Amino acid sequence: MQKEQDQILNEVTTGEYKYGFYTDIEHDSIGKGLNEDVIRLISEKKNEPEFMLQFRLKAYRHWLTMKMPGWAHLDIPPIDYQELVYYSAPKQKARLSSLDEVDPELLETFNKLGIPLEEQKHLAGVAVDAVMDSVSVKTTFKETLAELGIIFCSFSEAVREYPDLVRQYMGSVVPYTDNYYAALNSAVFSDGSFCYIPKGVRCPMELSTYFRINAANTGQFERTLIVAEDNSYVSYLEGCTAPMRDENQLHAAIVEIVAMEGAEVKYATVQNWYPGNKEGKGGIYNFVTKRGICKGDNSKISWTQVETGSAITWKYPSCILKGDNTTGEFYSVALTNNRQQADTGTKMIHIGKNSKSIIVSKGISSGVSNNSYRGLVKVLRGAENARNFSQCDSLLLGDKCGAHTFPYIESNNQSAIIEHEATTSRIGEDQIFYCNQRGIATEDAISLIVNGYAKEVLNKLPMEFAVEAQKLLQISLEGSVG
Amino acid sequence: MLVIKDLKVSIEGGEILKGVSLEVNAGEVHAIMGPNGSGKSTLAAVLAGRDLYEVDSGTISYMGEDLLEKSPEERAKEGLFLGFQYPIEIPGVSMVNFMKTAINEMRKHRGEEPLSASEFLKKMRQKKELVEIDSSLTNRSVNEGFSGGEKKKNEIFQMAMLEPKLAVLDETDSGLDIDALKVVARGVNNLRSSENAIIVITHYQRLLDYIVPDYVHVLYKGRIVRSGGKELALLLEEKGYEWIRQEELNL
Repeated sequence: MQKEQDQILNEVTTGEYKYGFYTDIEHDSIGKGLNEDVIRLISEKKNEPEFMLQFRLKAYRHWLTMKMPGWAHLDIPPIDYQELVYYSAPKQKARLSSLDEVDPELLETFNKLGIPLEEQKHLAGVAVDAVMDSVSVKTTFKETLAELGIIFCSFSEAVREYPDLVRQYMGSVVPYTDNYYAALNSAVFSDGSFCYIPKGVRCPMELSTYFRINAANTGQFERTLIVAEDNSYVSYLEGCTAPMRDENQLHAAIVEIVAMEGAEVKYATVQNWYPGNKEGKGGIYNFVTKRGICKGDNSKISWTQVETGSAITWKYPSCILKGDNTTGEFYSVALTNNRQQADTGTKMIHIGKNSKSIIVSKGISSGVSNNSYRGLVKVLRGAENARNFSQCDSLLLGDKCGAHTFPYIESNNQSAIIEHEATTSRIGEDQIFYCNQRGIATEDAISLIVNGYAKEVLNKLPMEFAVEAQKLLQISLEGSVG
Repeated sequence: MLVIKDLKVSIEGGEILKGVSLEVNAGEVHAIMGPNGSGKSTLAAVLAGRDLYEVDSGTISYMGEDLLEKSPEERAKEGLFLGFQYPIEIPGVSMVNFMKTAINEMRKHRGEEPLSASEFLKKMRQKKELVEIDSSLTNRSVNEGFSGGEKKKNEIFQMAMLEPKLAVLDETDSGLDIDALKVVARGVNNLRSSENAIIVITHYQRLLDYIVPDYVHVLYKGRIVRSGGKELALLLEEKGYEWIRQEELNL
């Protein structure tokens, strides 16, 4: 009986990846391997000012002294960093001033991904920055945003146009010394998004970046920097996909958020990198450092992530709650299937008085995957009346997958209140039968139950992306290709 | 509507139903009574298609077709409803979403268009009144945090929404206080019609004071040992199941 149910679960949970196409487009790449010359070449190709080159070189030299972290509950095969390509860009003839000038192949790619730039530009009111391999392809809506003083552009452009802002904030939340992948990213990052919201401005639309790895053997190392000045507000979303390839690809990104007094930043991720095939061949290694600092009093940073892709995920979007009365939030749904591995969670560092944090993590494991939550709640001595609530739930589909929870709590202030709740449940045969008896087929029942389980997190996403994420969960679990 | 012939069912080698035959026609209400362990819930589960049980022999025909050939969801879509003895909680799935999915699956099966949001909500409002359930129940997740009584009322509400041809209510009265029992019974009575049939499975005669059956069957050790009119239930109430035991011994 159990066997039969597992078989059904197995059938409905082995869906195919639908973003696995490759776009045949000319790439401007440099050779494999990493050394100081490669870094100089990247910097040169991007016409960077001297301070950037120096930053990269310092990071590179530091990286050489470091080792890959081994503490996560992950089985990471050795990576030969000399076998990777560190810069690859879709070839462009000149700088683009309108969408019409973008390579039609490229536009087609983004259309396949469900991001019709043109359409979104007019209808959706979502400003999109699309990063293909290493280079930002097009940022829509820039003019509209500029009227409010909002800067939303590619990182490279920011380095050229707003070097002072970049210099001031880049590395201020995630220093290049932070960890192995952060150091690597700081040395070789190629592009990403930059976003600056001036004092008192509420960004009137969702800002959104789509990342895509296209070229083979290419690492993608993007950086995102968001600075929200006093009493400003922005909601930001990133989405990611990659073609299906037999070899693994490395993605090591950095996201930094700075929230000044009274500012609020919402950052949502729908991560759907290629997870590899059923046997675990290929897929993206997603080693990402995301951190925000609530620098000013009364500021708030909220991370929401829906993680369904990648062969291996190593990712802990965190908040440093430096100001008084600051709030950090982390809402996560991480789904692993087949041979995927995820070690993901958050860190909430309470420094300011009355700082609050909420952690809601929903893990879903299926196939023979492993899914771990790892989280740190740290309350420093001065964080009077700090408050944390953590809820970590795990849902198991089938009997060959694993769910693990590693919560760490360090409190140095007597007045802090920290709560941690955790549950592990198996998707119930009873639940499925109950749905069946109401006319709902098993495949739909599983999708209904999983979406119900993840609802608390999905509700935190902007409306249109919540729908997308729901579909994604369904596709990741079902045999159907949407 | 439903014809069960010489049904034998086992679980993990142990025989539970040892040759049950039963015929139910449209417009009828049948009560199946019996002591604990007599196979009442097994019968309900087998009708709904629960695969924990092995059907060893016998046939079940429903609307002229072989019921045992059909998956649980096909049976549901063809109008067979099971009121669960222990309704299942589905956290995070709202009753509205759950019912809408269920109803639209059934409509699809009949080749009908899905209900629009306003039609659906209207239907929901009507049925809530019909079965006298608290409005707030339908705003919550399926059975999550419901009291025992609320769960049972929710089963009757779902039955009202889905408008089954054949409803099998498995111990819907267990764990209910007298007021809740009356509400549930009124709900069921409101749903009685010449078009549909209801099988009420119960341990106690009490429910049958409120839902008056046309036929009563006594299931004992996997067999229907007595069938009769509603007076049989009263006899059972008076003499207890011990009476059946004695009678069986004497045979």
